[in-house]
Amino acid sequence: MATATAPPRRAKARRRVLGDLTGWGFAGPATVVVLGLSVFPALWALRISRQRWNGIAPPRELGWANYERMLDDPDLFAAVQHTVVFSALFVPLSLLLGLLLAVALNQPIRFVGLYRTCIFVPFVASAAATGILASFVFNPQFGIVNAGLRSVALPPQQFLESTSQVVPVLVVISLWGSVGFTVVVYLAALQDIPRDLTEAALVDGANRRQVFRYVTVPQLRPVTVFTAVWQTITALQLFDLVYTTTRGGPLGASQTVVYYVYYQFRELQRYGYASAVSYGLFLVTMLVTLGMVLYARRRGLEAF
Amino acid sequence: MAQDTASTAADVPDAVEHAVTAPVRGRHWLPFSPWHLVLAPTALVFVLPLVQMVLTSFMDDSEINRFPPRFWPSSLDLGGGGGFGREAAGGYIGLFTQTPVLRWLLNSLVVSTVGVVAHLVLCSLAGYGFARLRFHGRQLGFFLIVGTVMIPTQLLLVPTYVMFARLGLVDTIAAAFVPWLASAFGIFLMRQFFLSLPSELEDAARIDGCSTFGVFWRIVLPLARPALATLTIFTLLGAWNDLVWPLIAINDEDAYTIQRGLADFQGTRRTQWSLLMSGNVVATMPLIVAFLLAQRQFVATMTFSGLKG
Repeated sequence: MATATAPPRRAKARRRVLGDLTGWGFAGPATVVVLGLSVFPALWALRISRQRWNGIAPPRELGWANYERMLDDPDLFAAVQHTVVFSALFVPLSLLLGLLLAVALNQPIRFVGLYRTCIFVPFVASAAATGILASFVFNPQFGIVNAGLRSVALPPQQFLESTSQVVPVLVVISLWGSVGFTVVVYLAALQDIPRDLTEAALVDGANRRQVFRYVTVPQLRPVTVFTAVWQTITALQLFDLVYTTTRGGPLGASQTVVYYVYYQFRELQRYGYASAVSYGLFLVTMLVTLGMVLYARRRGLEAF
Repeated sequence: MAQDTASTAADVPDAVEHAVTAPVRGRHWLPFSPWHLVLAPTALVFVLPLVQMVLTSFMDDSEINRFPPRFWPSSLDLGGGGGFGREAAGGYIGLFTQTPVLRWLLNSLVVSTVGVVAHLVLCSLAGYGFARLRFHGRQLGFFLIVGTVMIPTQLLLVPTYVMFARLGLVDTIAAAFVPWLASAFGIFLMRQFFLSLPSELEDAARIDGCSTFGVFWRIVLPLARPALATLTIFTLLGAWNDLVWPLIAINDEDAYTIQRGLADFQGTRRTQWSLLMSGNVVATMPLIVAFLLAQRQFVATMTFSGLKG
């Protein structure tokens, strides 16, 4: 037989080819799907970002003109401002609220399972459902929030229909839908803290507050850095909720960067400029992430 | 409450901590743990909107628009029995007779099912390949896949749309499920899981003459249930709740997913609150019920992924 008499080197090579075929047989389909839906379009977006294109007419090469235009676009500047304000409120609040609720849910008290269920449930609600529900709850005329304000003799508010309140209200809605995540992460981290540590501190005469401040909080720092980075990336890309509540309004007051990308893309058919803005956001996000990680490193925290 | 303290003490396994903390606990100025003061109102704030969503879906619009607002429906109204001057458009009957919501639910069901099944198959295969098999390009491939988690969705909007248009996927439900066929997260999760399994079992099966695929299918996959459960929930949440891709690529009402349809309602039926709320209920309840049934797995998934736009 040919295989039996073949020199060992060829048999080895054949086995390697077979191994490669088996390996890629397993890994190939998913790899093609994942890379085909991420790396490939991401590179394509880079090309589109240097063109003027409406999706129909032949594209025209512009060089970096789309990127230069970003520097001189007041609407984009406003969108950046809204996104920054949103993130600056959302990230710290989601961490603080997550930590507070995780500590509370970590107590050996009654009904804790019920509380946990209640706090986690909104996490499964979609952005579309959350948006509609929020428009109802914060409705200036018959929303339950204004009903609550009236019942304690406070003036009703315009909420999502006010240019000054819309971003903070979006923060509240986002927190409602996503705080379950930070709670879960902190809860897991709290349960990972070795009992010996807290017990030793208690034996040494520390009170509970001191144990929390000097034992628990330092132990939670790595997970805090990780969660902060994660939530920042999420916040900088806010889109779904804006679409399903205000569509950028009133008067563009809740237009975020990604909403602006969507608007340029779908409403104005500016494929090139939309891609350039999304690349700009991508670069800024990377820089912010890198900055946070480096800052954490310098303070001696290994979060990644 | 005395019982409360007793049960608390019983929950603390170590006598040392109990002894040390006992004096602090003795200073209770409330008959229950003060943590309830934090948790009870918070829990209420988190569920109240959902409760109101369900209650409102049973009201008709004239009742919803009444001032001052009502929380409880005066009667269970399915939206069909409009008396004089009543707007009969709202509620469940309006939802199912006047809108293609049934079609959208069905589309979402197909999208989620295809997504989950494809995810389970493709990601567990790839995860096993990257964890256990030796082949050329394995490390580069895995490195690239992990690297893709840094690419944000917004960057992909334009080229993916153009790609879908050229492949003829625009305005079909395929545009909604193709992005959910496989994910870097799924591959990574499965690989980590397979790496954590001891390889002795697989070696033994191999010696007994089992093929690579046989080992994967008969030995490894049955052990991977927890990871597969996490992956199922991840994909189900993502695919069922996804808004971006259907929004970008589907403009034909017949191919809408339920989320895409809801987002459209927001624009076209802005004031028909009972219809909006019943739409919300039918879109959200499947996941809420699944969550209540499998809370542990859901929480495990939440810990792994941070997914939520």
